[in-house]
Amino acid sequence: MKFAIQVNEGPYQHQAADSAYQFTKAALEKGHEIFRVFFYHDGVNNATKLTTPPQDDRNIVNRWSELAAQYDLDLVVCVAAAQRRGIVDEGEAKRNGKDAENIAPGFRISGLGQLVEAGIQAERLVVFGD
Amino acid sequence: MSILHTVNKSPYEKNSLDSCLSLASEGSALLLIEDGIYAALKGAAKEPRMKEAAQKMKLYVLGPDLKARGMAEDRVIEGIEVVDYAGFVDLAAAHDKVNAWL
Repeated sequence: MKFAIQVNEGPYQHQAADSAYQFTKAALEKGHEIFRVFFYHDGVNNATKLTTPPQDDRNIVNRWSELAAQYDLDLVVCVAAAQRRGIVDEGEAKRNGKDAENIAPGFRISGLGQLVEAGIQAERLVVFGD
Repeated sequence: MSILHTVNKSPYEKNSLDSCLSLASEGSALLLIEDGIYAALKGAAKEPRMKEAAQKMKLYVLGPDLKARGMAEDRVIEGIEVVDYAGFVDLAAAHDKVNAWL
């Protein structure tokens, strides 16, 4: 079955970021397809590669990147939410005159249309938030 | 049309569980996740409400979230089934929609 996932909360802030990851991983391991994971609101903070949690803690950002590499996942960050919170890729940095980018591997920045499309294309949209 | 409802708030903190139970139609299912698991505990104030809800819908609780909060499975009200993440995925696939009561 084709699933889409929406994540509304940031890592280390609310369990939603962990729940979404665990659900996505379990679905992939059962052979389901994940059409897209859409990061919205504070959920965009799941996409910063500058995070450095203690070694004995889970690395929520790397965990997403690794899952994306393993299963060729489409991890999409909402552009408007990302701009507000300083989540930047090369294109956005250039466009907004920033001297750095911080998007983690496997993530891409795009618009809300990607969430709408995911809702239409996937058979189930599962939302995780506060 | 069968819906899987998810509730992730403690019923002792927010009223999303009551909102869900009063609007959920017969034959739908409820999965308690995150702090929502507190609604599944025996001997707590919500037990009668959950037993009443069990008459019209299937009730589930996420095992890993019980464990994360130090709650053993034998503390769960009879009639509420404990599932893991794979079970969560199965429930999402088995129902037509998943509605998160955030």
